[in-house]
Amino acid sequence: MAQEHCTNQGECRTGQFTALLALGGLVILGALYAFFTLEHHGHVLTGMNNQIVWGLPHVFAVFLIVAASGALNVASIGSVFGKDVYKKRAPLSGMLALALLAGGLAVLVLDLGRPDRLIVAMTHYNFQSIFAWNMIFYNGFFAIVGLYLITLMDRKLKAWSKPVGYMAFFWRLGLTTATGSIFGFLVARAGYNSALMAPMFIIMSFAYGLAIFMVVQSAMYTWNGLVLDEGVRRRMKNLLAIFVGASLYFTVVFHLTNLYFAKQWDFERFILLDGGIYTQVFWIGQVLLGGIVPLILLFMPRTKDAQKICFCFLAPLLVILGGLAQMYVTIIGGQAFPMQMFPGHEVTSTFFDGVVAQYSPTMYEWLLGMGGVGITFVLTVVAVRAFKFMPQDDFHVLQMRRSTD
Amino acid sequence: MNEHDKPNSVEAQARRDFLKTGALVAGATLAPGVLFYGVAHSRAPEEAASSDKRFGLLIDTTKCGDGCNDCVSACNTENGLTGETGPQDSQWIRKVDIKDLRTGYVQSLPMMCQHCENPPCVDVCPTGASMKRADGIVLVDRHTCIGCRYCMMACPYKARSFVHEPLTDQNPEVPRGKGCVESCTFCVQRVDRDEQPACVEACNTQGHNAMIFGDLKDPESALNKALKAASSIEVRADLALNTGVRYQGI
Amino acid sequence: MARLAKWLRLAALMFAVAFSAIASIPAVAGVDLPKIEKGKGDKCVEDTQYMRRNHMDLLKHHRDDTMRKGIRTTKHSLKKCVECHASEKSGSVAASKEDFCAACHSYASVKLDCWDCHATKPGKKSPTQLGQGGVQMQSSPLIAATQPGESK
Repeated sequence: MAQEHCTNQGECRTGQFTALLALGGLVILGALYAFFTLEHHGHVLTGMNNQIVWGLPHVFAVFLIVAASGALNVASIGSVFGKDVYKKRAPLSGMLALALLAGGLAVLVLDLGRPDRLIVAMTHYNFQSIFAWNMIFYNGFFAIVGLYLITLMDRKLKAWSKPVGYMAFFWRLGLTTATGSIFGFLVARAGYNSALMAPMFIIMSFAYGLAIFMVVQSAMYTWNGLVLDEGVRRRMKNLLAIFVGASLYFTVVFHLTNLYFAKQWDFERFILLDGGIYTQVFWIGQVLLGGIVPLILLFMPRTKDAQKICFCFLAPLLVILGGLAQMYVTIIGGQAFPMQMFPGHEVTSTFFDGVVAQYSPTMYEWLLGMGGVGITFVLTVVAVRAFKFMPQDDFHVLQMRRSTD
Repeated sequence: MNEHDKPNSVEAQARRDFLKTGALVAGATLAPGVLFYGVAHSRAPEEAASSDKRFGLLIDTTKCGDGCNDCVSACNTENGLTGETGPQDSQWIRKVDIKDLRTGYVQSLPMMCQHCENPPCVDVCPTGASMKRADGIVLVDRHTCIGCRYCMMACPYKARSFVHEPLTDQNPEVPRGKGCVESCTFCVQRVDRDEQPACVEACNTQGHNAMIFGDLKDPESALNKALKAASSIEVRADLALNTGVRYQGI
Repeated sequence: MARLAKWLRLAALMFAVAFSAIASIPAVAGVDLPKIEKGKGDKCVEDTQYMRRNHMDLLKHHRDDTMRKGIRTTKHSLKKCVECHASEKSGSVAASKEDFCAACHSYASVKLDCWDCHATKPGKKSPTQLGQGGVQMQSSPLIAATQPGESK
């Protein structure tokens, strides 16, 4: 069997590996092209404007950052809650978390108006700003998860993996709380301004992160011609279903609360009924494709072969798609809805007061956003090639039960 | 004395001379409306802005003309804005027309940075570039602005604009450039030499007198007297930001 | 950061000196120094040598004072630098490579981002602005005190 000599992926299929790298590199190049063009000409080339100030790049960036913290969840279940199946996947989970965060942060930075002043962002902190706290959380996440990875992968330091794992667990909760609060603390806009944003982002991060983890894991198994153990698959399937269900639950509570407040009715009508693209993306993207369909796929009884497809690729992929849709509705839809400065009045001005803001992303925004995905992709491909990130439990050739701790 | 120092000292001398004579004639020549800018309140160039003052503005919407754009034009001229009104163009002040949906009553008013006492833009700015000066004027320090636009997300008045394109030939007193966020400064360069913001001056010069600028902490200021005389509101009072700009007649 | 910047500056200076020393070996005629267009000022507000080393610190200090505190002294203000140093030819400090700021900064390869926001030319008051100024002087004579400094 060819795979026996290819247990660590570093030894085989070099051509295909190079092709993957080239693909990812090309996407990154596209982002760099967009970045330097925008750096020279300004954001005038983008679809972003003074009404939609955060556009498509932020949809990708926030999604990747949220998913990063969620991807670490697999490791946390292993280290913090002591589940052996997840412990075996902790290194892959930690690495993915770092790769996702790197991709998301890169987009965030490349979209700044003055990316040349990144050093300013790192040296001037306004501690009142949740955004500044986010920067601290992001940097700390790299450090702590990096350390966690070392303790997981170095046998001598293995004893430390539990305390460091705990630290990483709480840090990631803090990080996603802070990310959700970027929106939750915005008092001005009807679409944000809710304490629910933080826990909702945490539960969504569980779903998005686990979905990405499952896709990567399935890809790795397929790449090596292996089949994921059915017991493991069922566990992860159930876990994903719980997270997707919980995300839907939070979405329902969020909108129900708004529906109870008369001052929020206009906003709810906008998102749920007549917001055009935002209504469609919400119902079709976030709720249907990202929530209901994956749940059906995950729970529908079917033959074994079909199960493999639905559990390992299709359902998580749909959850990822739904996640991007959710970010689009939250970030862009929240800005497109006009701010209510004069309740009970019809408002008009030269500055697009009182009207739904228009947004059509240009090529540059797509390139920037996809660049973040590209960075995550390349980092992941290189990492799984260079290190042993393959989950070890049912990897029969290298089955080493003695390494259980 | 060398050649270069001369202009400075001449200037200083002129200032001293003026202060001597100016103080004498001020009482006689100053219009009552600008009396509160009197010599006693003026700030020397080397003196920092002080929290003993808080600059504010009262806008009487009943005097604000429907279709009148004088404040906006004056702002654009003073601060070097193009006056274009595309979705990506900067607008520091804009005219907003509002119509009561129940009664059909129509009003027009200028909207700009409300110079809040508790500005959300300052709270959210990660680098501290968005700042409130001691005298209550909310500004963007473009030297530390990284262009993240979080303040624009946070502002309840849509007062801020992002510069989407490279700029040239700025007004030397009003530096502004690509990649930073900007908004109404109360014409801080003018306020610092005891002038009124350009919008207020234009409104009054054109005879509308819909805007009164002054020190909210000075009980004798024309602003405070006008505030005391009639009811006024702050826009989005529900947010309790205690804005420096208040409106009458809404 | 300031210390790092100083080290970098020192390194750049040493590099420039070393480079000019090498360049001067074949070119006996002399070192290729930056050519600077003449401005209108004859003497700076500080000693030239001091300015060469410290202008950035003075400007930065003044920048924060003006921006954050509203201190508007003119001695170390960028606006005043521009008024004096703008070249007679282009009227700017950074329009051509020989203009005051651009000359040394391109020579030393130190990128400036001042001019992304700040005007490189002294302000020319437009006739309308002057007219408004006249009106202001009537309504508030105090303005006259700062006029000599502003209208150049």
